[in-house]
Amino acid sequence: MSDRWTITGRTWVVGDSVDTDAMYPGYAMKLDVPEAARHVFYALRPGWVDEVAPGDIVVAGRNFGIGSSRPVAALMRHLGVAALIAEEFNSLFLRNAVNNGMPALTVPGIRDLVTEGDELTVDLAEGWARVADRRIDAAPQPALVLDILAAGGLLPRLVADGYLPAEAAAG
Amino acid sequence: MTMIEKILARSAGLEEVHAGDTVVAEVDMNVLIDLQFPRWVTPLRIADPERTAIVLDHAVPAPTIRDAEGGPRARRFARDFGISRFFDVGRHGICHQVIAENALARPGQVLTCTDSHTCAAGAYNTAARGIGPAEVLAVLCTGRTWFTVGPTIRYELVGELPSGVGGKDVFLHIAGTWGDATNHNLEFGGDGLASVPMNERRTIATQAAEISADFATFPADEVCRRFLAEHGADPGEYEPADPDPGATYAAVRTVDLSTLEPHVARPGSVSGNAVPISQIETRRLDQCFIGSCANGQLDDLRVAAEILEGRTVAEGVRLIVTPASQQVYRDALRLGYLGTLVDAGAVVTNSTCGACFGYHMGLLGAGEVCLTASTRNFRGRMGSPDAEIYMGSSATVAASAVVGRPVDPRTLLDREYSA
Repeated sequence: MSDRWTITGRTWVVGDSVDTDAMYPGYAMKLDVPEAARHVFYALRPGWVDEVAPGDIVVAGRNFGIGSSRPVAALMRHLGVAALIAEEFNSLFLRNAVNNGMPALTVPGIRDLVTEGDELTVDLAEGWARVADRRIDAAPQPALVLDILAAGGLLPRLVADGYLPAEAAAG
Repeated sequence: MTMIEKILARSAGLEEVHAGDTVVAEVDMNVLIDLQFPRWVTPLRIADPERTAIVLDHAVPAPTIRDAEGGPRARRFARDFGISRFFDVGRHGICHQVIAENALARPGQVLTCTDSHTCAAGAYNTAARGIGPAEVLAVLCTGRTWFTVGPTIRYELVGELPSGVGGKDVFLHIAGTWGDATNHNLEFGGDGLASVPMNERRTIATQAAEISADFATFPADEVCRRFLAEHGADPGEYEPADPDPGATYAAVRTVDLSTLEPHVARPGSVSGNAVPISQIETRRLDQCFIGSCANGQLDDLRVAAEILEGRTVAEGVRLIVTPASQQVYRDALRLGYLGTLVDAGAVVTNSTCGACFGYHMGLLGAGEVCLTASTRNFRGRMGSPDAEIYMGSSATVAASAVVGRPVDPRTLLDREYSA
């Protein structure tokens, strides 16, 4: 087990093709991250932002995050979400997650494994997901992606490489 | 290799790449938009000002104080770092239109931008895709980024595009027939392509984001080369990428353009949700919108003006028209389109992404029904999550604005309709 990339948390389950407008509506783009984060899933699951707790994991279906380049992961991180797991991600959404330091893994079959509220353990480097004694294997995240996540996202890495002033690391 | 595999291989300095490979590619043009600047941190150094452009488009003229504060930061950054391709308010436009007008996207090259519809530039044989704001900053600093190469779906276009049927209809037919193409690249070609003008190709490429595709590329044929030359890129300045005869595709699908009719997508998504207009239900429309990077081009305004000439927008319907750039606005003004539209009762706005992404101007209230020619029909996209957004071509939207419900635009283009 690769401890560093093993994440355990309580799950929330959403469906297929949950789009970025459902997670980061246009009007919320006028707000700073803490206020904008109040609107995640605003119409899909009203009140969810009051129920989600730090360390929770969001589990989604196919085509998760279709839509815009608005950085939803920044809002999810603010809410304390520990990882995003999906049957299938929109690639722009997945890039945004990784680049903002949010662990994410594609696990086909994850919805057969997880019922909302289950405690789920995933390992990004080895590529698997487990609930109790049931486990599904998946493709591990490439080393290049783990490197970005290990740095906490792209901005801290750009600071470390001398491209950005130190204040950018705060995100 | 497919078209996209060839471009990515070249930009990564590799002989070959295949679906599933992750490569680090040099970016030829990186485009920043105004939304980047409210949370801006100025880099200490950047890779190359010549490979950087800044376009103010999403929230201009500034609708909030927060957006207003981004403008001076963008101007200062462009000045301090010597970025000559800076499109400030007044010579601005929606970034994908500005990219096209200034030939910033060139065959065989790689282009990135902080907007999900950046795949639009695939119309020019460019490997172009949207990336997030943090990644745009990284490309700005380092000049490169990584891509995981997805499988490619090839669309073989045959037959000629009929009058009154546009790129939007081609796209809606594809989305309605085959659904999502998540993490796949789209490649277009075939004998029928010659009948598809550049503006319609760009509409198709733009909309690839709506079926969750990565890159959407067209070949640099004669039509494309002529467009590029007219916009300042000589053929000696780029190297197009054609697919190999033995390229591997996830699927090859044929679209007979000659049999297509106008299409409309129902609210929520386009995948498996778009039908020929003859099958769409009758709905009373509250708002009709023509604009965005997909359908705010000069030809969109031309066809709208043709349909609205001597007619009026139906009572109770708002028709909002947003030219895709200040250049489109000026051309449409000079050609008389704007006068025709305004005389018919349309509201013509400044060029911006505002109504399309539900940020400012033209938002929908609860219970309202909109028919839009813009890019996206997600629930809540253009305002209230309790509004319904149908999607069609500019011609369909213009004709429907006259009648007050979705109609086949060909009935009005033939001048047979009388209200």
